[in-house]
Amino acid sequence: MDYATLLQILDSTLRLATPLLLACLAGLFSERAGIFDIGLEGKMLMAAMASGAVAALSGSVWLGLCAGIGASLVLAALHGIASITFRGNQLIAGVALNFVASGVTVLIAQRMFGQGGRTPPLTGDARFNPLTLPFAEELRGVPVLGPLYAEVISGHSILVYLALALVPLSWWVLYRTRFGLRLRAVGENPASVDTAGVSVVALRYAAVAITGVLCGLAGAYMATALQAGFGREMTAGRGYIALAALIFAKWRPWAALWATLLFGFFQALALRPDVVEAVLRFKVPVPALDALPYVLTVLVLAGFVGKAIPPRAGGQPYVKER
Amino acid sequence: MVSGNDMGRQATAALPDAGAPLAIELRGISKAFGPVQANKDISIQVKRGSIHGIIGENGAGKSTLMSILYGFYKADAGEILIGGKLTAIPDSQSAIRAGIGMVFQHFKLVQNFTVLENVILGAEDGGLLRPSLAKARRVLADLSREYGLDVNPDALIEDLSVGHQQRVEILKALYRQADILILDEPTGVLTPAEADHLFRILKGLKDQGKTIILITHKLREIMEITDTVSVMRRGQMTATVKTAETSPEQLAELMVGRKVLLQVEKRAATPGKVVLEVENLSVRDENKVERLKGVSLTIRAGEILGIAGVAGNGQSELLEVLGGIARGTGTIRLNGVELDLTGKHSDGQSRRAQGIAHVPEDRQHLGMIMDFAAWENVAFGYHHAPEYQKNALFMDNDALRADTEKKMARFDVRPPNPLLAAKNFSGGNQQKIIVAREIERNPDLLLIGQPTRGVDIGAIEFIHKQIVALRDAGKAILLVSVELDEIMSLSDRIAVMFDGQIMGIRDPATTDERDLGLMMAGVAGKAA
Repeated sequence: MDYATLLQILDSTLRLATPLLLACLAGLFSERAGIFDIGLEGKMLMAAMASGAVAALSGSVWLGLCAGIGASLVLAALHGIASITFRGNQLIAGVALNFVASGVTVLIAQRMFGQGGRTPPLTGDARFNPLTLPFAEELRGVPVLGPLYAEVISGHSILVYLALALVPLSWWVLYRTRFGLRLRAVGENPASVDTAGVSVVALRYAAVAITGVLCGLAGAYMATALQAGFGREMTAGRGYIALAALIFAKWRPWAALWATLLFGFFQALALRPDVVEAVLRFKVPVPALDALPYVLTVLVLAGFVGKAIPPRAGGQPYVKER
Repeated sequence: MVSGNDMGRQATAALPDAGAPLAIELRGISKAFGPVQANKDISIQVKRGSIHGIIGENGAGKSTLMSILYGFYKADAGEILIGGKLTAIPDSQSAIRAGIGMVFQHFKLVQNFTVLENVILGAEDGGLLRPSLAKARRVLADLSREYGLDVNPDALIEDLSVGHQQRVEILKALYRQADILILDEPTGVLTPAEADHLFRILKGLKDQGKTIILITHKLREIMEITDTVSVMRRGQMTATVKTAETSPEQLAELMVGRKVLLQVEKRAATPGKVVLEVENLSVRDENKVERLKGVSLTIRAGEILGIAGVAGNGQSELLEVLGGIARGTGTIRLNGVELDLTGKHSDGQSRRAQGIAHVPEDRQHLGMIMDFAAWENVAFGYHHAPEYQKNALFMDNDALRADTEKKMARFDVRPPNPLLAAKNFSGGNQQKIIVAREIERNPDLLLIGQPTRGVDIGAIEFIHKQIVALRDAGKAILLVSVELDEIMSLSDRIAVMFDGQIMGIRDPATTDERDLGLMMAGVAGKAA
């Protein structure tokens, strides 16, 4: 494999890791607050459809982004009402929302555009276009690092850079702010927050809302940057891979970055089976590459790669006790 | 809110007792949960700078009353006055603002946070943590100097002992400027030495003018530390007296409404042949950690061996391996016959067939199925007994119900209704059902763990009598309890466990709580 091929694979790694990273951080906020969210997939899908549709109609990708975030927030609010206010089963609520999203997105897209459940292809300002970072062309001549900068680091849409910036930001919010302290506490022992006179319900809704916004970004990225328009089931299980990455990362922001980059790398490899075959000298079936993130997650859960301890109050509705 | 630095300086010195202003006054507090009147017209006055005890049986309404004071529940009627001012306490935030701090029986700490993070949680000074943490570090240093509340501020809660975790809870309250500190059953989880340290801290707080309310069902603590004591019974306040002018017997009578025997009446034991021989018994938990480390002991017929120790030092594992719930290594002989420890005869069913009955520590999880009726629970473990079978296929439910009715009558289970689900009985009556099930099988060896945990005084007395009666019938009994009083009064010999080992065996007549306490803390005695 030559250097150019490696750069190509790394470039698509970054592009493919971005929706995983956004969804993983989304899940991180929710689960750190004690609300398990298996509905990342549904929220992304809803956001992808809404952003694709609005961007196509208005011609503005920014309006599309807002619509995507809004649609994802609606589902997040439903999840919050079911699991926080009515103390329902969080997994079942999440699964239900996934089914709703899977059906409703196609229904709306078909009704609006009549193109078999897709939204029209996006062009120009209706799409997030690649940004060329400063000096990318000038530095291309520098050996090794120049092409790396020009090919891999530069040339992505703004949402990629936003996602990367969200990693330190999430870390800072979780570990350096009052909100983060309370958020982590409410996922570990909500009674400690309640007896301290802080509202468990408000904190958990705030966390679920952040999850909504981040899933909105992830979905909008799928429809308006990674691809040019929404298609049926276009998230293709990325919400679940993000959950796997979250476990792999043991619910920590920086580790989430590395986990999603790794999983993105696997996805990039799955796109280039020829390269894998050339390196390994035997043919690896594409489904085997697709399964790698899940295999790794199972290994983590089985305790082979350190122990993954979820937030202690995760999945349990908070009921005040005497 | 005044800053934490001013803590202590603003506290008034202890005032003379007579005419001291009231810290708290409750007037006519009533609270009902559905048809159950948890608190009925309760009035109480607590002087500033005093330690006030509230004593009562389980379910007497103590915790409900304090939850109302801490804003967890809203009273149906009545008024709360803090420092002479009528105060509404709709939530915990208002209680904290009114200067009330509460140390719950089950700590409200975040296990993987540091002490500092737990202390500032909910009382941060701004959006960013750094200044709050720095301030808390200073205040904690002051507080630990002032009251002997030493804790490492950077330690994680999960690494701290229970006694230290409780100190963190007290520090949390003090950091929030609490002048009134409520402690709910604070010594239930402590060793005697830790309890003594806690009492020294509480006395120090009192000397600084803090008001302390101590909720407990332990008469000894009330007598040792309180200035005044209120007794609750069935949701009502039956009396408030000065501690110096009362006696444990009088308080017990006020709690129960009749005279109770605090000391178990029993004849001297007449031990017979060896029933149980345990040699070098070890148990590992699911993480391969050794919980029971080569324990050896013997119990004779007609003898009660009591196992004392702080919870979690291997007592549970000892009961479980003997009862056939856990597997272990070593030797167990019952009446000279070696028991299977790992093979297919190492289960609870085989143990029962061999004559070992087991009243497990965790009544609600291992002893019963809470949603099943009493008569079904009476069958568990003995459902293969021939008298419960109608024919080869069906059980004789009628016989089972009739048998349950008889057991309920003999053990005074109330209400005596075999069809009622286990969860609808009080803790004491649940325990009576289990004890009846196990004792009436006439076992050679009875394993009984925490026989009176969560059981009211009347039922405690009854269960203790049954245990002694079984001993007098020539049976061997292994008693595990974290209540030292219970161990002292029931046992014929006392073994103290620490860190999975037996630190020593004592005769209850020649030992005292100090001696046992030192062994429980692992500082005295020798691992056998």
